[in-house]
Amino acid sequence: MTDFILETRGLTKEFKGFTAVSDVNLKVERGTIHALIGPNGAGKTTVFNLVTKFLPPTAGTIHFKGEDITHEAPAVTARRGFVRSFQISATFPHLTVMENVRIGLQRKLGTEFHFWKSEKSLNKLNDEAMALLEAVDLGSFAETVTAEMPYGRKRALEIATTLALEPDMMLLDEPTQGMGHEDIERVVELIRKVSANRTILMVEHNLSVVANLCDRITVLTRGSVLAEGTYAEVSKNPQVLEAYVGSDNMNDAHH
Amino acid sequence: MNAPVSFAESKLPLLLGALFVIGLIAPFAVYPTFLMKILCYALFACAFNLLLGFAGLLSFGHAAFLGTAGYVCGMMVRDVGVTPEVGILAGTVAAGLLGWLFGWLAIKRTGIYFAMITLALAQMVFFLAIQIKETGGEDGLQGVPRGHLFGLLDLSDNIAMYYLVFAIFCFGFFVIYRTIHSPFGQILKAIRENEPRAISLGYDVAKFKLIAFIISAALAGMAGATKTLVFQLASLSDVHWHASGEVVLMTLLGGLGTILGPVVGAATIVTLQTQMPDSVGSWVTVIMGVIFVICVLSFRRGIVGELQALIKRSGVN
Repeated sequence: MTDFILETRGLTKEFKGFTAVSDVNLKVERGTIHALIGPNGAGKTTVFNLVTKFLPPTAGTIHFKGEDITHEAPAVTARRGFVRSFQISATFPHLTVMENVRIGLQRKLGTEFHFWKSEKSLNKLNDEAMALLEAVDLGSFAETVTAEMPYGRKRALEIATTLALEPDMMLLDEPTQGMGHEDIERVVELIRKVSANRTILMVEHNLSVVANLCDRITVLTRGSVLAEGTYAEVSKNPQVLEAYVGSDNMNDAHH
Repeated sequence: MNAPVSFAESKLPLLLGALFVIGLIAPFAVYPTFLMKILCYALFACAFNLLLGFAGLLSFGHAAFLGTAGYVCGMMVRDVGVTPEVGILAGTVAAGLLGWLFGWLAIKRTGIYFAMITLALAQMVFFLAIQIKETGGEDGLQGVPRGHLFGLLDLSDNIAMYYLVFAIFCFGFFVIYRTIHSPFGQILKAIRENEPRAISLGYDVAKFKLIAFIISAALAGMAGATKTLVFQLASLSDVHWHASGEVVLMTLLGGLGTILGPVVGAATIVTLQTQMPDSVGSWVTVIMGVIFVICVLSFRRGIVGELQALIKRSGVN
């Protein structure tokens, strides 16, 4: 039997008479890289916000590792090892790169509410933080104030911070958006590297990234699932091709 | 690249040490009551800055904590007859509890709604203060004795009172400094910088905000209780929304999110308020308004913030 780490049943979200997500049954298999694609406004980010509990669903249930998490607070879901990123790079801009990663590591010390303790007590996390930064090629930036780094590096930092939580499942919202060619390659390699022993669900517009990175693809249009399968299967589906006419051209990805 | 930061940080203990010495000898050069007023408002502004500058929460109701603690301290000392340190402690605790209630209600919302909830709650406290008999309405709570510290040291002597106020200020300042530079403070800054991201890393941001709110309210209360003893009066103007607005002005003028900014801001505003009416009369409010507009338009980092930026620039070049 296939092991699904994340499963949604009849997931629906309505905003004042407009249905953003309608009856989505998403199943993400443990250990795979799963892509969520679709034209603009298809509801991809809404699905992300729903499964990570940042938005309450109108109907349907969400199961993570077999447990119903539909009515959980978002921070609680995150502590289960189910961690998301955001469309706009999610860093703490005025903290240093090292401090950013330490925020991710800090919770396991159990001192996050200790306002009477010196922040020097956090220095014991520095080695671990440095190792995470080295893993995403940011070792030399440790003391830099995050806001001063180029965009692609910020996305790498975001991934390092997420990895600090040792999540079982990561959600990446358009990890290559707004990037130049070289940055894209770097991030794709990074995602491949961190996907070992992990499940990744990602929203991605760049179809060549999807084609060479993702094991399974779910296509959303107007809030509903249009197709699901491997890239080869999905890219031949006439309905999918039709949905993409006038926006991204599915076939362009092969060139 | 990190040189300017460590430069400013390495010089900070030196600067604080120098200010401490100045604080110790100041009452022999300047009128102590004036200094005590500055210190009370400085502590009030530092407490406010902990919330706005480091947690990103704009409270528009901090007068409620300043004023309530003043009333509680005044009643305890004058009517119950406790010693002054117990009165200050009682005021601080009362403000902390009120902060718990305000915070619990207000942090359910963010931004302008958060500010409006704190303002509305503070206005209720003002209404109560003016209506109920015990607080003396418009007259406030008059004739509060300064008493003897620990039943021993006579505080009616202005120099003795000054050193008590100075000690209280230093204690409050240290609590704030420690909170900002603690594991808790790190998460608070993370929430200020990017709240959704802090949630996604598994932090219950509401709890962090509430704790920050309570610490801020309690310390604002400590300032209010101390002020009541200094002036021997718990005044209605301390719960008025003017006081909530003034503390915003002090903090912005001095430098939001800097550790010394609120102190500089409070000293500047209190000095202007005390010295100017002699020469310009009621124009003082207009002049304050102009200062506020100039500050927001042309040096948004405040006095201390601009100075820091200047040092940083000269350090890079």
